[in-house]
Amino acid sequence: MTTQTPDNRGRLPKVLAIASGGGHWVQLLRVAPAFEGCDLCFVTVRAAYKSDIPRGRFRTIVDATRWNKFKLAWMALQILWILIRERPAVIVSTGAAPGYFAFRLGKFLGARTLWIDSIANAEVLSMTGQIIAPYADLRLTQWEHLASPEGPLYGGSVV
Amino acid sequence: MINAKIFATVGAQMGFDRMIRAVDAWASENPHIQVFAQIGNGEYEPTAMEWTRLLEPPEFRARVESASAIVGHAGMGTIITALQHAKPVLIMPRRGDLQETRNDHQIATAERFGVKAGVSVAMDEHRLPEALDSILKRDAPDRLSNEASAELIDTVRRFIRDGESPAGPSHDVVPAKD
Repeated sequence: MTTQTPDNRGRLPKVLAIASGGGHWVQLLRVAPAFEGCDLCFVTVRAAYKSDIPRGRFRTIVDATRWNKFKLAWMALQILWILIRERPAVIVSTGAAPGYFAFRLGKFLGARTLWIDSIANAEVLSMTGQIIAPYADLRLTQWEHLASPEGPLYGGSVV
Repeated sequence: MINAKIFATVGAQMGFDRMIRAVDAWASENPHIQVFAQIGNGEYEPTAMEWTRLLEPPEFRARVESASAIVGHAGMGTIITALQHAKPVLIMPRRGDLQETRNDHQIATAERFGVKAGVSVAMDEHRLPEALDSILKRDAPDRLSNEASAELIDTVRRFIRDGESPAGPSHDVVPAKD
């Protein structure tokens, strides 16, 4: 099993932060200060985003939407490979498809998972945010009116 | 306005011809204003303004930084990036029924963020020209920090360190009431 909380030498868990492009990536970057002190790896869909990250390793995967099944399968394999190499204790995602695969595969490998639903979903949780529930140890919405005791919970927003 | 520059963006993925056509038409009537557009994989190719399909992040940031105002789809990447650079941003939502995106979430975004300082909204292409006229008269908003709210940073940090949820007993963050 992976180390889950600070170990007896006080080290923080290894974190994998993963998101697709555009708004999901912009929101993940805004959460990055929470990863301070952690061994950190970012995963996203555009190599050019490397210039955005404050620190940590950076890995890219293929970009895919839910309409391209072949690319989705390739993305899932790439994520599996990254998870085996990185063995993160905690996975954090702001969406969408990359987070879905990382959580499903990551849970299998013993990681704890934190889903932050995009602030773009102000009236209803994102589709991925809904179907990820069984694989997310904590699911957050950024809108208080979408929170409920069964989850998602509210715990602040990216703006 | 002398040397006014507008940067139009529809995000990195799908085109948004309805918006780009309207911006292009406005640009042709306002030749004294420099307009540049990132049009994604849209079919309509602008004639009255400079454009490209996709900018790499450093150039995208430079375009935002040098613009007087941003006009874009109602995507969070566009809104947050504009505010992080203290630029007024005009957003026009994509519509789900026109297959411009998968659902009407951008309409909700436009309604919720349209009230924020520095953000203005044109609900459709017919209201865009007037909104473009007025955005250049707006004051720049305060620069948005590069970090999420202290509350969210704290929530994420606690989860990473201790596996804690915001509803936990040592926390005063509670789920919202109905």
